[in-house]
Amino acid sequence: MFAFLLRRLGQAVVVMLVISLLSFSIQDELGDPLRELVGQSVSEETREELREEMGLNDPFLAQYMRFLRGALRGDLGVSYFFKRPALDVILDKLPATIDLVLAATFWILLFSVPVGVFAAVNPRHWFSNLAMGLSAVGISVPVFLTAIFLIYLFSVELGWLPSYGRGETTEIFGWETGLLTRDGLRHLLLPSISLASVILPLFVRMIRSEMMEALEAEYVRFARAKGLREGRVRMVHAFKNTLLPVITVGGVQIGIMVAYTILTETVFQWPGMGFMFLEAINRADTPLIVAYLIVVGLIFVIVNTVVDIVYGLVNPAVKLTGKPA
Amino acid sequence: MPLLSVQNLEVVFPLPGGTVRALRNVSFDLDRGERIGIVGESGAGKSAAAFAILNLLGKPGKIQSGRILFDGHDLAALDYEAMRQIRGNRISMIFQDPMVTLNPVLTIGAQMTETLRAHRRMTRARARDIALEKLRAVQIPSAEKRLAQYPHELSGGMRQRVVIATALLSDPQIIIADEPTTALDVTIQAEILELLLRLCEDFAVGLILITHDLGVVFGVTQRILVMYAGRIIERGPTAEVIGAPRHPYTRGLIDALPSAARPGTPLKQIPGVMPSLHEIPSGCAFHDRCEFAQARCAAETPRLEEQGARAAACHFPL
Ligand SMILES: Nc1ncnc2c1ncn2[C@@H]1O[C@H](COP(=O)(O)OP(=O)(O)OP(=O)(O)O)[C@@H](O)[C@H]1O
Ligand SMILES: [Mg+2]
Repeated sequence: MFAFLLRRLGQAVVVMLVISLLSFSIQDELGDPLRELVGQSVSEETREELREEMGLNDPFLAQYMRFLRGALRGDLGVSYFFKRPALDVILDKLPATIDLVLAATFWILLFSVPVGVFAAVNPRHWFSNLAMGLSAVGISVPVFLTAIFLIYLFSVELGWLPSYGRGETTEIFGWETGLLTRDGLRHLLLPSISLASVILPLFVRMIRSEMMEALEAEYVRFARAKGLREGRVRMVHAFKNTLLPVITVGGVQIGIMVAYTILTETVFQWPGMGFMFLEAINRADTPLIVAYLIVVGLIFVIVNTVVDIVYGLVNPAVKLTGKPA
Repeated sequence: MPLLSVQNLEVVFPLPGGTVRALRNVSFDLDRGERIGIVGESGAGKSAAAFAILNLLGKPGKIQSGRILFDGHDLAALDYEAMRQIRGNRISMIFQDPMVTLNPVLTIGAQMTETLRAHRRMTRARARDIALEKLRAVQIPSAEKRLAQYPHELSGGMRQRVVIATALLSDPQIIIADEPTTALDVTIQAEILELLLRLCEDFAVGLILITHDLGVVFGVTQRILVMYAGRIIERGPTAEVIGAPRHPYTRGLIDALPSAARPGTPLKQIPGVMPSLHEIPSGCAFHDRCEFAQARCAAETPRLEEQGARAAACHFPL
């Protein structure tokens, strides 16, 4: 387990280096930071002085190393717009996004497992056909369309649910969350369903097909030949094997969901980092953009590591060696 | 009364391209503690016979007609729960490939104790003790350690021993072994076979040993059934059938054994292939491969004629 974690940590460092290099090197393409900082009125000489002072004339590698050293100390630059450290800005927005992702993950797990398993066990049932049909449609409907439809139905027409903002939040352990108040949850409902709607159909289909495959396996036939009850054959023998591929692919999907938050948060004006990112792009707030990419990269690496660990716990073949047999 | 009596069993696989008749009019008995072999080429219907007994035919297979009397009950007519209580409890099965028989994500111990607890109320500790006892019976070294191990930590031969130990857990009356050594290394095959024979003798368990290799049943089973294209075409005491086969197909199988060939001469083979069970030829299904075939063989299906302990389905027995 320790060697496994160490290996994983090494990989994570490499991945983060690559991400930081990439995000750092695109910032030159995003426009001249000086223009954003001082505007047009300043003379060419003062500009050149400022450039020199900020180290913008140094070779790329020197700039990157300086950036890295800063990053290691938690300094990802200062947002031009907010005039505050970029990391602080992001950390302020992070809880809202995490709330959203957690709630969406909750929906996904709540529905995909029972629906997927049911559809695998009763492939000809009308409900399975319905679920498969809906999921085929669901995969191809873009998030913003689902979001707009939900807002139209539940906020505009029925007036049941709020359509923007987080509502009331509370703080526990310094974490600002809307998961603990009624109002916060009401605000969370539509955005989290929209966000889940992209990934849920994928999960349902994946669980169904993996489960169907597992049900055909020879060990399932042997489990029946041992006289086990059908419930145990399905939920212990088949489902446990279904979990392995679902964890791998599913973990990555939940990471990818962070990217979908950009759209969802924008439609619902959710004050999270996805919404912030889109605004930062509009304002050409380069340090904030770079910081966002790095933080998202870090989240991705963490999620993947957790997924690997969980996978290792479920799959006995990876437990000892740290790599799949 | 025999312990198991299969009577006029017909098994079909209704497929889109036509119905496969995997078993046609198959009848045989098994006495308490008796060991019989079912021999035949690939596709002859051996596995279909085995799985039909436990009502575990792969989809879309089903028992069309016939009876499977076990201890006074017709297994073909039992409801799900009654059938479940027989599987792995009174009739156990051993599968062909131990690499895929055991569940890769469950420990050996879990897979053994769940079997016991599916049939009897007992504590985990008690189930574990019985599992340990059976693992020792199949001569697995450091049995205690194995309980906590996963299948991938064991070799193929060891896994098949685990499967055999699992089959023995509830002290069944019959074990059905479907090609239990085919997937194993040649060196291990004899070991496993000998183990199986000894265990069946020691615990007075009936055995149905399925194989495509006549050499395997010799010395293990008391009687054999030879199957061809879904039918039993010859049966009788193992040594007698192998010593003096009546059906030309049985004779062909014997001549094809490596031990039958003189050193330096090529192995004999039966010419042609067994017909697909979609389109079984009229008359004797073997006639177009048979060197003794005459006009009658193509026209009229021979019946399994009893003669004492033996029977053969051939118009012109050897
Ligand atoms: N699940 C299934 N679906 C369709 N047809 C099947 C199925 N299982 C078996 N059959 C058909 O039934 C016939 C008998 O198959 P069976 O598996 O009993 O043969 P076998 O004698 O055990 O052969 P082998 O030595 O290859 O195991 C074959 O023609 C096969 O194609
Ligand atoms: Mg078979």
